[in-house]
Amino acid sequence: MSRRKLNRRQFVAATAATSAVMITAPYVRGAYAAGKLSMGFWDHWVPGANQASTDLVNEWAAKEKVEVQIDYITSQGKKIELTIAAEGAAKSGHDLIAMPTWWPHAHAELLEPVNDIMGPIIQENGEVNGTVKYLGQSGGKWLAVPSCVGSQIKGPCTRIDLMKKHAGIDVQQLYPAGGPPKADSWTTETFLKAAEACQKAGVPFGIGLGETTDSVDSAGAFFQAFGAELVNAKGDVTVKTDAVRQALEFYKRLIAALPPDVASWDDASNNKWLVSGKGAMIMNPPSAWAVAKRDAPQIAEQCWTHGFPVGPKGRYAPFLPYFWSIWSFSKNKEAAKSLIVHLSKPASIEKMVAASGGYDLPAYEKLTTLKIWQEQGPPKGTLYHYPNPYNHQTLSIAASPAPPKIAQQIYAQATMTKMCLRYAQGEKMEATLAWAEGECEGFMRS
Amino acid sequence: MVDAAIGEDAIARPRRAVRRRGLRNALKRKSTTAFLLTLPLILLIALLVVYPALYSVHLATLNKSMQRFVGFGNFEFLFKRDTFWLVVKQSCIFAVTAVVFKALIGFIVAHFVHNIPAKGQRKWRGMLLVPWVIPPAMSTLAWLWLFDPSYSAFNYTLAFFGIGPIPWTGDAAWARFSVILVNVWYGAPFFMIMYLASLKSVPDQLYEAAAIDGANWWQRIWYVTLPMMRNIIAITTLFSLIVTFANFDIVRILTAGGPLDKTHIFATWAFRVGIEGSDIPLGASVSLFMVPILAVAAIFILRDVNKRGNES
Repeated sequence: MSRRKLNRRQFVAATAATSAVMITAPYVRGAYAAGKLSMGFWDHWVPGANQASTDLVNEWAAKEKVEVQIDYITSQGKKIELTIAAEGAAKSGHDLIAMPTWWPHAHAELLEPVNDIMGPIIQENGEVNGTVKYLGQSGGKWLAVPSCVGSQIKGPCTRIDLMKKHAGIDVQQLYPAGGPPKADSWTTETFLKAAEACQKAGVPFGIGLGETTDSVDSAGAFFQAFGAELVNAKGDVTVKTDAVRQALEFYKRLIAALPPDVASWDDASNNKWLVSGKGAMIMNPPSAWAVAKRDAPQIAEQCWTHGFPVGPKGRYAPFLPYFWSIWSFSKNKEAAKSLIVHLSKPASIEKMVAASGGYDLPAYEKLTTLKIWQEQGPPKGTLYHYPNPYNHQTLSIAASPAPPKIAQQIYAQATMTKMCLRYAQGEKMEATLAWAEGECEGFMRS
Repeated sequence: MVDAAIGEDAIARPRRAVRRRGLRNALKRKSTTAFLLTLPLILLIALLVVYPALYSVHLATLNKSMQRFVGFGNFEFLFKRDTFWLVVKQSCIFAVTAVVFKALIGFIVAHFVHNIPAKGQRKWRGMLLVPWVIPPAMSTLAWLWLFDPSYSAFNYTLAFFGIGPIPWTGDAAWARFSVILVNVWYGAPFFMIMYLASLKSVPDQLYEAAAIDGANWWQRIWYVTLPMMRNIIAITTLFSLIVTFANFDIVRILTAGGPLDKTHIFATWAFRVGIEGSDIPLGASVSLFMVPILAVAAIFILRDVNKRGNES
């Protein structure tokens, strides 16, 4: 049996080669050299809109050598909220997850701060609106990055023909396509008169007063238009104020002009109301118009999305952002941040907005005039004012400016719509206010 | 020393043999076999029921941000809230009314089915069980469309007779009626099938004897049928009471607790507070409040069953 002898030179060469391989191995980029990243995204209800996100993620993953796994989680039945709650409790799950409105604050202690990426994103895309700051920041720390996917404004979607015929208001003149709004005459008082006229004509406005978000958002915007806050920014209960009384009086008149069953409306009821052709206006993002375009084109071509009426304290519109957030227990935070930066590039945002047919809204000021909103129709320009391109209304969320953890309770419990209903159904003003005050005091627990 | 060592071993050997024989005997016992066979299920239940139950007790003792132990603080807070007591009241109204109607309808229908000739009975049994075998989340969606605020099929039909429109889910009283109606529709077949099984086990001789004594139909039900069925009635009622108290899907889909919280029951309010309001400890406390109510009901009903068992 012959034994090969290793001479000194061979030994040194072999040792050097092995060391070189071992030192450089981590820097050799294989297919998934940068590890894995899992993400839970909101499952879009516009067909094909998820594909734009998938393509963008895959494009980034191929470049960065990261193995990705995307789960699209529906918001039907609050599944996305349940997933967030479960992952938060288990401290395990996706690395990156889409969170609606209040959830970044609700899980603030479990989120990775994203100040380092928010600065450059804002620099590139422009300042974010106040609602995004209110919901996405805590003590100067950015908890999450606003996602354009799923973010929406729930403004009025009006039937041009019915409004002109019964209320004498030309909404296209108030909000012309391609130009700034000329809506000084579009006040809460004009709005009420139009609601009454349309109700008399048998085509009432379809504004819900149930306990789901569409109803709460409309009430929130009108309350803010009167300066009515149930809890102020400091956390003091401010229910018994003239502003709240005025808002309740306004809603009492409005409820009398709405369909009699609005107390039981959910988020689908107003969409059905518009598509059925029974109503002259609803408060919704363009999803209702998109359904009408498919199922009742003759109605869709008479729809115009525009701004809220101005009240004594200003013009407010409900803005509901989604956020991309990174769990603090994520094992690949740097990759998650890199992906969010990629998804927040103007080109990526434009792709996602286009895939959603203009439904999704970026929160950044430089991105409210994308081509898609100018081109969508029929009628052409129907979505021109949807993203608030001239900043003529303040984007807000119901129950703000109360501290977010208190505001979330007011929002979830639909305190404002319940107040409106109680008062409209004959309860004394002071009794309604006392009830709301008791509720708000209960929301203070920490 | 040596003798002593031998002596100890001699004593230990028969003891070990006795122990071995004891184990063999235990394994031979039917109860041991039964226990071993059910052990996987017991472990499964421990994992899926006991652990979550204990975890929810743990959650109920934490503060809102789940970082501090507050003992009974959440319950103290709840007891001061009007909405909580409204939910307690509504849960009791919902569960008791629904169970009474389910029991009544189940009893009547079981009698009808029992009296159908054996040949056609199977078809009726199958058809009547349909509401119970459809997942309630699906069937309730169909009811939601029937009650739809704007397009209610019921209102459309009633309009032909000049009635309505009825705000099925928009008015507090009607909304309560609607959720109870759907629960009765869903749960009555369970009572029917349990009562039917029980009816079939009542010996015919008892009815013959009652007929000879000149008993009318009511007396036959009161003195023969009901006493023979009482254990089944008690257990079915208890089971249904528990399930109805803990109901979630029907109310959540039909009214989501509205209008003005007038149809909230424990589970739907716990979801509203815990998940939608991000206050999981308070949500856990709301759902745990069902336990003492159901425990009291269970003690009373099962004690009665035991008493009757001993009497017989």
